[in-house]
Amino acid sequence: MRLLIKNGRVVDPSSRIDETLDILVDKGKIVDLRAKIDSDNAQVIDASRLVVAPGFIDMHTHLREPGQEDKEDIRTASLAAASGGFTSLCAMPNTQPVNDNRGVTEYIFSEANKRSRVNIFPIAAITKNLKGEELTDMADLVSAGTVAFSDDGKCVQNSLVMRRALEYSNFLQAPIIDHCEDSTLSQDGLMHEGFSSHLFGLKGIPASAEDIMVARDIILAEAANARIHIAHLSTRGAVYLVREAKKRKVKVTAEVTPHHLVLTDSALESYNTNLKVNPPLRGKDDVQALLDAVKDGLIDVFATDHAPHTPEEKDVEFDRAPFGINGLETAVSLLLDKLVGKNIISLPRFIEMISTRPAQILGLKDKGRIAPGADADLTILNLHKEVVVDVHQFLSKSRNNPFHGWKLKGAPTMTIVAGKIVDPWS
Amino acid sequence: MLEFKQRHLLGIQNLDVSDIMTIMDTAESLAEISTREVKKVPTLRGKTVVNLFFEPSTRTRSSFELAAKRLSADIINFSQQTSSVVKGETLKDTVLNLEAMNPDAIIIRHSCSGAPYFVSTFCRSHIINAGDGSHEHPTQALLDAFTIRQQKKSFKNLRVVIVGDILHSRVARSNVFLLQKVGAQVTLVGPPPLLPAEFENFGAQISYDLDRALEGADVIMMLRIQKERQEANFFPSIREYRNLYCLTEKRYSLANKDAIIMHPGPINRGVEISSEMADSMKSVILKQVENGISIRMAVLYLLLGGKERETAD
Repeated sequence: MRLLIKNGRVVDPSSRIDETLDILVDKGKIVDLRAKIDSDNAQVIDASRLVVAPGFIDMHTHLREPGQEDKEDIRTASLAAASGGFTSLCAMPNTQPVNDNRGVTEYIFSEANKRSRVNIFPIAAITKNLKGEELTDMADLVSAGTVAFSDDGKCVQNSLVMRRALEYSNFLQAPIIDHCEDSTLSQDGLMHEGFSSHLFGLKGIPASAEDIMVARDIILAEAANARIHIAHLSTRGAVYLVREAKKRKVKVTAEVTPHHLVLTDSALESYNTNLKVNPPLRGKDDVQALLDAVKDGLIDVFATDHAPHTPEEKDVEFDRAPFGINGLETAVSLLLDKLVGKNIISLPRFIEMISTRPAQILGLKDKGRIAPGADADLTILNLHKEVVVDVHQFLSKSRNNPFHGWKLKGAPTMTIVAGKIVDPWS
Repeated sequence: MLEFKQRHLLGIQNLDVSDIMTIMDTAESLAEISTREVKKVPTLRGKTVVNLFFEPSTRTRSSFELAAKRLSADIINFSQQTSSVVKGETLKDTVLNLEAMNPDAIIIRHSCSGAPYFVSTFCRSHIINAGDGSHEHPTQALLDAFTIRQQKKSFKNLRVVIVGDILHSRVARSNVFLLQKVGAQVTLVGPPPLLPAEFENFGAQISYDLDRALEGADVIMMLRIQKERQEANFFPSIREYRNLYCLTEKRYSLANKDAIIMHPGPINRGVEISSEMADSMKSVILKQVENGISIRMAVLYLLLGGKERETAD
């Protein structure tokens, strides 16, 4: 079945297109892109007053499968993704078992083929069992389909192991993504260290725990001439370090999550465990630095760090709750309202950060752009639609999202994966 | 009965000056009961109070227990070691099960900051915070202020010095909040890793030099220093801590004449306070313990609506 998307505002940052165009899709590919296309045998989608963007790619998702299907599984994560405007997810490897070998990677692909409604790209572990000691069989994992490597949730503490990982993976075209956290500094901290942590009596995680590892990774990547992608940047210091490194042409890229851009540590006054996340919500000054870095183009990518946890796990004392925010179904509306809507960034820049750049960083050549020959993964947005976040309506299995009740303007209205409309409610 | 509009006592932060004064004035009028031959009034007869302690405590737990008993409330004690918590029951389930037995108040001590607040979000009972993590210990601050008022009459321009592990101390926090509200000036003293600069934003002055901070002090409050802090390198050794921060007779002489010495207990003699100072005429440490009962009687009385009982009798 051919698909004809008519009269949409087509925004493709890779070709700098931002105009009203028709898009013709056939056999999972975009076949034509012009001002006016007529086709007799195509299903027509009227996209008048809507924005048509290359499908959104979340570089940082916790699928929880295999092993923690009580929190989320491949099917429910894909439904949440489709409902939230994402056509591709990159699955972090901290599952049970850890995705540190071809067997687990192949399992994820095979289950995704059967049960996922969006594209799933596995990210494999840097080290076996995320222990930070021995490298995984990286070349074998890339040949199995791994798009990147990360020990996310943990950070490789041993600098020599990190050096070797950067050097070794350099010929593989799959970047290392690091969750930067010096665990000797963060210890068993619960929230950002600062005035608020002292006020609430919650043990702090200092900004220095992140900054030191960002600095280390940049130094090691520069020495090895390797690529490093900094996950969920959250501090002013880390922004400064990435800025200086990019000036020196170090191959560093960085992502930021919506929650680190719209919330500060003072929100933890409520001891709401849905605000407990790692890296923690930072101070005002850090958030301003992140917003400035998004605005001036320093930060490359928006990523959700979708980290579902069950209600039972979160309905406990603050100290005992796991870290993580369930983000797939609120990310796009939050960014459209709080950033695009407030004129902090333009709509094309937003799309670049959530589709174009992730595709480029991960080497997904046929994704993240709208052009004849590219994959027909598309996200359609309604910038005028007002939504009220209701966690009880989530398609994700979990509800741990702190934005319940927020009124937001701008929302995804349709996701198209490989030329097919995904109706996550069907 | 004085008007009291709080449903729970979760911390000093959410009290205003009139709440604080109401509690202290009520404590003053109840204090006399503890000096009687028969130390009991029927005010809270038929009320049930639960002492829910998830951390070891003798002083605070028995103080609440005696306070409840002197007002004729029934009290049951519940400690972590003997509870279903050891079987993996969550705090929420533990409290919901206790609630099913229809208590009127739950007094909770917990190692996690915010635990009493969390409990208050799903409870019918009045919740009294008996110390949560490094957050607050409101009845301690109230009994400290009550003791200070007894000795010094007014808080205006009173200079209070609090010395020790400020970072981890719920007593220090609650005292800073309370003493600021009633008009005293607080100086916090301790080794820098245990006294982050952000505490200045609480309105307190901070100092790393005890000798200098003691000049002009009217109240000296020493905090217990825990051995684990030294093991975690917050300071190099007990020897060095003692040299810098132990309240000795020589140091005491730097303070104002008649400065009082306080400590929430339990004390480490010869570490943060010398024995002579702990036992000196200027020490009000045991008065604090005595006043603790009056303050906790006042809190129970004000929260559990002694008014209704009076009219019923």
